[in-house]
Amino acid sequence: MSAAAVQAQAATRLLLSGNEAIARGVWEAGCKVACAYPGTPSTEILENIALYPDLYAEWSVNEKVSMEVAIGASMSGARSFCAMKHVGMNVASDAFMTLTLAGVVGGMVVAVADDVGLSSSQNEQDSRFWGRFAHVPVLEPADSQEAYEMTKQAFDLSERFNTPVILRLTTRICHVKAMVTVGERDAHPISGFKLDAKRWVLTPANAKFALPRQIAREDSLRAEAEMSELNVVDAGSDKRVGFVTSGPAFMHVRECFPDAPVLKLGFTYPLPVEKIKAFRAQVDKLVVAEETEPLIENELKAAGLYDIHGKDILPRLGELSPAALMPAIAKLLGEEPPPPAAYAKIDPFPRPPTMCPACPHMGVYYTLSRLRKRVQISGDIGCYTLGAGHPWNALDTTISMGASMGIALGMDKARSPETKDKAIISVIGDSTFLHMGMQGLLDIVYNRGNVTTLLLDNRSTGMTGGQNHAGTGKDLHGEEAPRVDFAKLCEALGVKPERIKKVDPYKLPVLFKAIKDEIDVPEPSVIITDQPCVLSEFYDGFKPYAVVDQDCNGCSNCLNVGCPAITVSRTGVRQRPGMPDVELKFTTIDTAMCTGCHMCVDSCGPKAIVPLAQLKEAAQ
Amino acid sequence: MSDIITNILVCGIGGQGVMTAAEILSQTAIAKGFDVKKSEVAGMAQRGGVVTSHVRFGSKVWSPVITPGTADIVVGFELAEGSRWADMLRPGGIAMVNTIRLTPPVVSVGLYKYPDDPVAQMRAAGVTVYDFDAGAIARELGNLRLVNTIMLGAIADYLPFPAADLEEQIVGRFRAKKPAMVEVNQRAFAMGREAARASQQNLAATA
Repeated sequence: MSAAAVQAQAATRLLLSGNEAIARGVWEAGCKVACAYPGTPSTEILENIALYPDLYAEWSVNEKVSMEVAIGASMSGARSFCAMKHVGMNVASDAFMTLTLAGVVGGMVVAVADDVGLSSSQNEQDSRFWGRFAHVPVLEPADSQEAYEMTKQAFDLSERFNTPVILRLTTRICHVKAMVTVGERDAHPISGFKLDAKRWVLTPANAKFALPRQIAREDSLRAEAEMSELNVVDAGSDKRVGFVTSGPAFMHVRECFPDAPVLKLGFTYPLPVEKIKAFRAQVDKLVVAEETEPLIENELKAAGLYDIHGKDILPRLGELSPAALMPAIAKLLGEEPPPPAAYAKIDPFPRPPTMCPACPHMGVYYTLSRLRKRVQISGDIGCYTLGAGHPWNALDTTISMGASMGIALGMDKARSPETKDKAIISVIGDSTFLHMGMQGLLDIVYNRGNVTTLLLDNRSTGMTGGQNHAGTGKDLHGEEAPRVDFAKLCEALGVKPERIKKVDPYKLPVLFKAIKDEIDVPEPSVIITDQPCVLSEFYDGFKPYAVVDQDCNGCSNCLNVGCPAITVSRTGVRQRPGMPDVELKFTTIDTAMCTGCHMCVDSCGPKAIVPLAQLKEAAQ
Repeated sequence: MSDIITNILVCGIGGQGVMTAAEILSQTAIAKGFDVKKSEVAGMAQRGGVVTSHVRFGSKVWSPVITPGTADIVVGFELAEGSRWADMLRPGGIAMVNTIRLTPPVVSVGLYKYPDDPVAQMRAAGVTVYDFDAGAIARELGNLRLVNTIMLGAIADYLPFPAADLEEQIVGRFRAKKPAMVEVNQRAFAMGREAARASQQNLAATA
């Protein structure tokens, strides 16, 4: 987070990420209400906005609520803002698709960040579709400076055309730092809510009147896009191939083809088709360089521009980095492809993300891996999705935020002869449960499902960097806030009090028994684990453990806990007459990493894992 | 200022300080009047996964990512990670690698093997590698967090600005907040620089 950006006077130049730049733009635009639910790569926008004075900012419980809070503020005449990742927009879209009919009073900007290349998401959807779907303008910055400027321009556009505006970002905007020159804050006082039932109460009769206005607005926006200075032609000198491009793809195009004509689109919906047609006439070949879906390309073809290139030569998936662009364009021009890199690729081993040493989720997955044959495990979205990986292999599905319980219920209602005796478990974290999980649990209770829910309450939105939520007792600013009581909440949703258990996930035998007991009961139950995320302020580390080498029998049970602090010190083979050889792995604990959660202690048969202090004492 | 762009890829594992090192390099380049872009890919989890940061600077930088085969320096905070990204180097570029071996759980449980000698692998591929144990230097100085400063010291003689500018960027951060850490960081920087030179001389002697 950049405190420097908050304090910077107008005309200062700073190295800012796209997210930091947008936060500054939101504040300068005189925005009064800003909200979000965390989601990579958009999370830091709100974290940075929270540092600025004179505007209200919150973590909302989910993206739909954040959208609604922003709508309420806009209706009240305040400039408002919400940010989300691409899949968050799916959640928020119900409110958004009707807001677009009603329009805005205070300018309203919705920043949607696509995870092109899937660094941290379950899909790679293209949020530019929302512009076409909701009939609203889409702006696409190409770096931090543009992200900052377009944020401010989006508020103006929103008010001028009585529409919310989508600011479409990608990971390469959000998480790239580049130079930004900042400006001053505009005032934009709040005008106050004015009663207007015909406008704000979207009954069918009122909505019918709004529909033609929405279509007319889209026509005026199209004219605006044709004139917009955000869509710029760089005539170039090498007319063999010209590019129509937007977002980070523009930067890659400029890097690779400095002399090529480029029409850089910043205002990408409605598409300035006439401007593109005029540009087409100036170049021999035209390539549409757009990441993921061929939206611009298809729209141009529909408008009669058939002789263009796009996804026929460029990759459909992932980023259009120089490595993707250069060979494709060389081929199009009949040139030699660029030479391969000088050195051969070395691929040592995969290094997937791990859970942290002492992560309370590890105890849960270690336990589930011991019950593997008896259970089907419906998972959810968070750090605990890593339970699907090694060494646990104890998570069978992940679809979307909060889906674990609905999917578990569906599995329960669709049992085959082979699965009729399996216990069905759903696993969900605290933040995800409050985001979209509660309804799933209610459905299990209401429809008399037989599902055991593991609610992993680590008092943190861990995956996105430990943000607060309604269950942590703190708000976006770290101030004290009301805290949800998960046990009471589950009880209120109809789970029987005797079927709700709170368990310390570091106590493996207790956890094991609780899960075993509950999966044997054919009714809804909830097991709540209550150790905080080790990266959160609520975590107190314990003293580290160590392996007594001469007591270790090489069984490697402790490695199955999955803790990165435990590694193999030496290997061996156990040979017994008439028995197959057993590979032995003797282990050691990195005391600098160990935080003393003692889960591995419970996994060790020969009791070779002892407090480090005890080992040191014995040595003296 | 010429059109030449300097490309530095910093890599390691989440939690090692890769992002901080890249930030310090970027701020130094800004102080020298360069345009800078810095790109991060942190993967899914906060800790334990592969982390890279691309730092690019010059008179005008367009793309935020380094094209494979064009990096001037790959700074590896961990041995296998250094080898993983060595193919990003341009011909004649250098890999500056901390020889610490951090074993992930997938290796511990036996699904994969940690290569015996990643430095030899890189050299067999033709890469110029300077390697040393930054962890040992940090332990000698009494603080494992100094690895960051040591690695920056190690590349200080291979950058298009004086080593003193990079050192000042690091030390300046501590002077304001933790003055007690200034001297030990200066020593760490100098020792990293010396270790890199020693490795370069070793390599030249055996070549």
